[in-house]
Amino acid sequence: MFALEWDTILAARSIIGAGIAVTLQVTLVAIVGGIAGGTVLAMLAVSGSRPLQLFSKYYVALFRAVPLVMLLLWFFLIVPQILRAVFGLSPSVDIRLVSAMVAFVLLESAFFAEIIRAGIIGLSKGQFHAAAALGMTRYQSMRYIILPQAFRAMLPIMMTQCIVIFQDTSLVYVISLGDFFRNTVSIGERDGTLVPMLLLAGAVYWAICSGLSGLVRFLQNRTAS
Amino acid sequence: MIALKNVSKWYEDFQALHDCSVAVEKGEVVIFCGPSGSGKSTLIKLINGLEDFQKGDILFKGKSIRDRDVRLPEWRRRIGMVFQHFELFPHLSVLGNLTIAQQKVLKRDAAEAEHKAMALLDRVGLRAHAGKYPSQLSGGQQQRVAIARSLSMDPEVMLFDEPTSALDPEMISEVLAVMVELAQEGMTMLCVTHEMGFARQVADRVVFMDAGTIVETAGAEAFFSAPQSDRARDFLGRLLL
Ligand SMILES: Nc1ncnc2c1ncn2[C@@H]1O[C@H](COP(=O)(O)OP(=O)(O)O)[C@@H](O)[C@H]1O
Ligand SMILES: [Mg+2]
Repeated sequence: MFALEWDTILAARSIIGAGIAVTLQVTLVAIVGGIAGGTVLAMLAVSGSRPLQLFSKYYVALFRAVPLVMLLLWFFLIVPQILRAVFGLSPSVDIRLVSAMVAFVLLESAFFAEIIRAGIIGLSKGQFHAAAALGMTRYQSMRYIILPQAFRAMLPIMMTQCIVIFQDTSLVYVISLGDFFRNTVSIGERDGTLVPMLLLAGAVYWAICSGLSGLVRFLQNRTAS
Repeated sequence: MIALKNVSKWYEDFQALHDCSVAVEKGEVVIFCGPSGSGKSTLIKLINGLEDFQKGDILFKGKSIRDRDVRLPEWRRRIGMVFQHFELFPHLSVLGNLTIAQQKVLKRDAAEAEHKAMALLDRVGLRAHAGKYPSQLSGGQQQRVAIARSLSMDPEVMLFDEPTSALDPEMISEVLAVMVELAQEGMTMLCVTHEMGFARQVADRVVFMDAGTIVETAGAEAFFSAPQSDRARDFLGRLLL
């Protein structure tokens, strides 16, 4: 019985492979874009300007309050219209991958902003003063003194967030984007092997996530010592 | 060189400084002392704009910190500052601590910044430690690195806020030795400290503060042997116990 299922998996490997590619692309873009956006938002949050602080605060509050599924659906419904209007794309262009990426980046920016902000305010005031006293501008002290320390302190938490993102990308099924999870399920439905396919998907997520968690624990131990 | 004119400072509705005036000439060494909470750190921080103030004025070479064309980073670059808790950058090596601002603020190239850094480390006796990280150094060594880091920006004035009060007793003298040398070379220094031996050795004047006011200003010898105010007498009495 098992041999038979390995056969179906082998036969479907290009579909599963395409799904893995989508999962990894969305995850990677969400992480890179989220850290970039989160860094900017965190810098605004600790800037001297009240309007910028408020913008950052409300952005983070808004995006953390909206369920991811809802965000994905909105972006699936709204972003294509905007992109088509702005870039004159024809309605046939598949925009699901891009809208998923945009939704994830906007959301994860809010989460990373909170993590990085916590890292910044965890540093002693003396570090800010020392950087300023050497003549550094606000930007220079952030760039060379504060952020490197904040990132280092928050590395384990940021890694954990990356694992959460990797798992959350499976929610793109709501906009019928064929990621690893959705494609695995589709094959199961098509071939009547849903249960083994779900088990396979679960095993893959488990293997990757526990591998990454191990890495996080390793980093935590290293920073602790 | 540095002048405070009738400076008053409030934190929210608590007044930390009352109408303080001091003038420090080029090459002078002025010691600030007084009980904890008397406003010494606040006054020092105002001079390089790390805190703002509500009344009065602060001048550096005749220019007001409130002037519209004053850029605070450049103002601070010209005024060195040494902190009680060193505040070295823990993610950078000793050499990195001494080169980062030279490169980013003064735009010196890496070789030039490194050359200057090594010369300063030599001067504070720590050349051999250039590759270490701050956490690998003793407190006295860290404070000497912090002084060298400050000097790497070629400051015209140096501010010290209790540079030895976080140190174990046996490390105090190595830091004071560096400061004495600096004073003897003619550096203008404003220094919060309770090290009386050091003050007697290098101070041109002593400013005694209490409860946010400047109570007494006197020559070092006169201040220590015959303080004029009751509060200063009280303070010195307790310090010597
Ligand atoms: N950031 C701050 N916010 C509110 N009050 C402060 C702050 N910094 C200092 N103070 C208060 O101002 C007074 C003077 O403090 P400080 O300048 O640190 O004194 P000193 O250095 O002489 O011990 C103290 O009463 C202190 O509690
Ligand atoms: Mg103090």
